[in-house]
Amino acid sequence: MSKKTPEIMHKQNTSARSKNFKEVALGYTEEQAINEANRCLKCKKPLCVEGCPVRVQIPEFIKLIEDRKYVEAAYKIKETNSLPAVCGRVCPQEDQCEKTCILSKKGDPIRIGYLERFAADELEKSGEKTEEIVPSKQGKVAVIGSGPAGLTCAVDLAKLGYPVKILEAFHDTGGVLRYGIPEFRLPKHIVKNEVEYIKKLGIEIELNCVVGATVSIEDLRNEGYRAFFIGVGAGTPRFMNIPGENLNGVYSANEFLTRVNLMKAYDFPNSATPIKRGNHVAVVGGGNVAMDSARSALRLGAEKVDIIYRRSRVEMPARIEEIENAEEEGIEFHLLTNPKRIIGNKDNWVTGIECYRMELGEPDDSGRRRPVVVHGSEFIIDLDTVIIAIGNDANPLLTNRIEGLELNKWGNIVADENGKTSVPGMYAGGDIVTGAATVIEAMGAGRNSANTIAKYLDGLSE
Amino acid sequence: MFTITNKEKLADKVYLFEVNAPRIAKKAEPGQFVIVRQAENSERIPLTIADFDRKNNSITLVVLETGYSTSQMAKLTTGNSFLDIAGPLGHPSEIPSGETVLMVAGGLGIAPVFPIARKLKNAGNKVISIIGARNKDLLFWQDRMGKVSDELLVATDDGSLGHKGFVTDLVVDKIKNKNIDRVFAIGPGVMMNAVARVVPEEIELTVSLNALMVDGTGMCGGCRVSVGGETKFTCVDGPEFNGHKVDFEEFLMRHKIYKNEEEHICKLGKDLS
Repeated sequence: MSKKTPEIMHKQNTSARSKNFKEVALGYTEEQAINEANRCLKCKKPLCVEGCPVRVQIPEFIKLIEDRKYVEAAYKIKETNSLPAVCGRVCPQEDQCEKTCILSKKGDPIRIGYLERFAADELEKSGEKTEEIVPSKQGKVAVIGSGPAGLTCAVDLAKLGYPVKILEAFHDTGGVLRYGIPEFRLPKHIVKNEVEYIKKLGIEIELNCVVGATVSIEDLRNEGYRAFFIGVGAGTPRFMNIPGENLNGVYSANEFLTRVNLMKAYDFPNSATPIKRGNHVAVVGGGNVAMDSARSALRLGAEKVDIIYRRSRVEMPARIEEIENAEEEGIEFHLLTNPKRIIGNKDNWVTGIECYRMELGEPDDSGRRRPVVVHGSEFIIDLDTVIIAIGNDANPLLTNRIEGLELNKWGNIVADENGKTSVPGMYAGGDIVTGAATVIEAMGAGRNSANTIAKYLDGLSE
Repeated sequence: MFTITNKEKLADKVYLFEVNAPRIAKKAEPGQFVIVRQAENSERIPLTIADFDRKNNSITLVVLETGYSTSQMAKLTTGNSFLDIAGPLGHPSEIPSGETVLMVAGGLGIAPVFPIARKLKNAGNKVISIIGARNKDLLFWQDRMGKVSDELLVATDDGSLGHKGFVTDLVVDKIKNKNIDRVFAIGPGVMMNAVARVVPEEIELTVSLNALMVDGTGMCGGCRVSVGGETKFTCVDGPEFNGHKVDFEEFLMRHKIYKNEEEHICKLGKDLS
């Protein structure tokens, strides 16, 4: 007999988890997974699939879970999504597959993400078997950036038989999965597994290669690469251009999270990279990166962590689940609040932040109501650390050094839905094209580009 | 892995490493830097490129043993390796021609100044170099600097070699007596700041900032510096900036962000595996 209400995802209790970096969501038990899979109506025309940027065969994989064929379920997902353990954890399912699920009309969609994660974790437990693919086609492809877009593009091309090399600027792979999303939301062993899988497929990876600096596109052409995929992410942090942003103790979210995640500063001094462990931290911004920063600061030992966001709660771009997690952990939200200046002492250390109260005015270009300053509403919060998480701009390091590459006014690469850019043989996808978006959207772009690149290369060899 | 093909002790606590890094050696230009991660649990630290040999696929790094990471590096020997090196990063130095250029190098700054001076000399500039340190045991590469300079002057704080006093004394003297078109000053922040105070605004002054960094590619913004009232990222906008416009006070204070952590990890003195 199938249940009406969804299975709950169990989490680490709040007092324990706010002091450790272990994963918060504990995953479904087998029984829970089967119960949840039982709720799926297996629609003939599944609306959930339409909500998925990479068209995962959702009813099919859920049926396999119901039949207790967990590993087969994971492989079913992998037919269209090469990173199910990642997507099961960080996709905003509530805005995608679960939003279009027929049951969401009654408010209780199938927890597709939790089931995806369950299947992927079962696959990891069983030990994934991969056979190396020997490239059968002509045309070497250079994939620049090893984040979700690049990884997906590389895997798809390798599966289609093309020789692929990934070039990564950092000393480790994964892009935002590695440096951005914290351990407590996406354990790094998962990223490591995915990369191992990719290596087994025969894909080459060159680390420490900053394309645009270490090698140029021209150099890569001379090395025999016939096509390029640029998936370098949206890498340069925005600041607010208010006084005090260069005070000691003010971080961009990129720096803060990179120190914590990639450089493991939470384990200082075992890891040599330091980070300031603030007592009272404020994070400016309302997206997932702001939540990740705030929750990381808490785990580093902060007594108090505040989120400062200029609009109201409904406009917050972060996933509801992450906002709830942050609230449960005791993070305080200052909504309709915006910094005026950051205050410091004579030694350049942060001591406070002065903010305005805001109110919502007419809708702006984004369709959200524009926040407007309430004059005379200034107030000061005493603190010792500020993390600015208001988004990223396109990093011009590579894009400015490619002749003929069309960029938009924000510096993002102009590419069509198939990843095609203004330079023949050059494709792009992910945040460097769209600006900040989601892991799964970047993966979708990587996939589309892989297919276009295959067609392009086949055209060359004909 | 980037293998160390040669290690030399250049001066007290100053070590030279020639490292096999084919891709970087091919691209490196004077003024640029690399990010080095010695081993699995190390920091990523920026080091300026002191030289490069395109034929032998090697770059030269010069390290002053000053904190935890650099003292760990000092223990490496020929045949050991650095786990990760990324670069060359930052803009190359702007090289004029037909000018009289004053090169001012303080301590470790001699290393990055050398390839710039050589390129300036080869481009047909008159190069006058001033190198300085606290004492003569901290100086190195007088021979190399001599070869690429029309005139080489030395200053030591204690007078153990050359002029007794600061490099700035010699800078003031040269600017007064020669037609200097441009000054490069590379060394400790305090020294660059002092040079900026004595070089008149009408003479172009270039300084190279050794800001704290993580990625070195414009992605973290940790290396923020105020130049002429604007915030710049040292890694991608620099590392060289107009020395007249750099807010040195802020720069020097930002350098101390991790002072306590540095003292703590140095005291533990744990070896990197």
